[in-house]
Amino acid sequence: MLISWADLGWILLSLFIMFNALSVVVLSLTWLERKALGRLQRRLGPTRSGPMGLLQPVADGIKLIIKEDIIPSSSEKAIFWGAPLIVMLSAFMIWVTIPGAQDAVIKNLDLGLFYIIAFSVIGILGLVLAGWGSANKYGTLGGLRAAAQLVSYEIPIIMVAVSVAMLAQSLDMREIVAQQSSYPFVLVQPLGLVVFFIAGLAEVGRTPFDIYFAESEIVGGPFVEYSGAHWSLFFLAEYINTFAIAALTVLLFFGGWQFPGVELAGYLAVIWFLFKVYLVILVIVWIRGTFPRLRIDQLMAFAWKVAVPLSFLTVVMTAIYQFYGWPAWSLTLMSLAGLVWVGYAIYRRMAGPASRVAQTKKRIQARQEELMAARRNRAERTRRG
Amino acid sequence: MAWVLFIALAVVTLGGGLAVVATRNVVHAALALLVSLVAVAGVYLLVYAEFLALVQVLIYGGAIVIVLVFAIMLTRSAEYPRTSDNRQWPLAAVAALGLLAVLVPAFLINAVQDTEAKNAAFTGIAQSLFTTWAVPFEIASLVLLVALIGAIIIARSGPGEN
Repeated sequence: MLISWADLGWILLSLFIMFNALSVVVLSLTWLERKALGRLQRRLGPTRSGPMGLLQPVADGIKLIIKEDIIPSSSEKAIFWGAPLIVMLSAFMIWVTIPGAQDAVIKNLDLGLFYIIAFSVIGILGLVLAGWGSANKYGTLGGLRAAAQLVSYEIPIIMVAVSVAMLAQSLDMREIVAQQSSYPFVLVQPLGLVVFFIAGLAEVGRTPFDIYFAESEIVGGPFVEYSGAHWSLFFLAEYINTFAIAALTVLLFFGGWQFPGVELAGYLAVIWFLFKVYLVILVIVWIRGTFPRLRIDQLMAFAWKVAVPLSFLTVVMTAIYQFYGWPAWSLTLMSLAGLVWVGYAIYRRMAGPASRVAQTKKRIQARQEELMAARRNRAERTRRG
Repeated sequence: MAWVLFIALAVVTLGGGLAVVATRNVVHAALALLVSLVAVAGVYLLVYAEFLALVQVLIYGGAIVIVLVFAIMLTRSAEYPRTSDNRQWPLAAVAALGLLAVLVPAFLINAVQDTEAKNAAFTGIAQSLFTTWAVPFEIASLVLLVALIGAIIIARSGPGEN
């Protein structure tokens, strides 16, 4: 007997609790996103349903459930049905081992971080199949884009996770957090955080990287033929994955539920952890409200020419630091130097060669002077009558 | 209990394998392959090889099947529902039987021990992989590198074409 009936009952109960908790989280995320995005765009966001629009997600949920679920007649029925389930399954399965506090975890695994990475990859297949199964050219195009984008950005995520595991000397999520009791890993590996966060945004398809379902280009990509409850499964999975990336960022780089100097216990730890995660979520929403969508070629070029080499660099840096047993600040310096160099390289690349920068500056100045002169002339004319 | 689970997993593995060769739709074959490979991961879990099971899910279940589906969608867009039959099947059969002829004696000679309590720690695998077996490990990565370079050379257009 591998497990007893009591264990089985306990597992089922905790899965049920996890499912409900994550659903509540998704409701809160949709509200938060609409509200924060509204504020960023000088709007109010939802205000009508409930106080401060708090009941808006509930209204959205009811709308989605009672909407007609259309299945195109030319689609592959089984794959069309199964694809959202694969995406959902992978989104939920990784939460089995993501801890909210020392004991707030369903099953803590020795290989926790590796498990999370392995099962998050399965979700990509669901997106590709959704695009193919709906027998729609935009869907297929979106599926292809999803496969290319998500497989590429999986590599930097894995490599940065490796460097964090090297710092913590463990793949166990609780152990990784425990190792950050004196200082969070963001202080020693800031380059890793930046690469992980950017690749994470790409992995869940958040806005600067929402290329595989870009509404204005391929009208929703893999989801184009989905409606009602099926579409809402994708939606749910996307928000759960966003939450997972935020939670992983906090766990790997910001010390999880640890409060500097104080030992938090019980619910306090969970609340502090959630507070940090929601802060990261707010940053994600902020990025969505700020940056325009990249082009697919820019996205792929960034993955293979910037993110992948940098993620390998973080591993090499961490290995050197650990092999020679240097003090922690040496890794901080190396990592920061890498970050500054990359930032400068990207800035130079975007600004173009120095001669062109000077040329543009001159042109802007000339244009401004022209405008000023025109305004002066107009003022002169008005004065003369 | 372990036996029941093993037989269930074996049925799923073999059924998936059969479906791969029997189905006429290439995408369905890729999906059946996924089912078969994930069931193999389940077998690894049964013998307490957690690390191997996760590697199986990540590499075979994730990466390889995704790349397969990706390639199918790119190359045969006009003819998805066609049969995937070709004249190489006798060769494939010979190769499969040859593999069977090697594997079965290997298992019969090295009797599989009871793995009940043999929870091989992840660090132990890493230890032996990077000390005792470091050279074979590096050679395996070299083989992959050669395959990669070969793919690039084949994919690059020759001097005549543009």
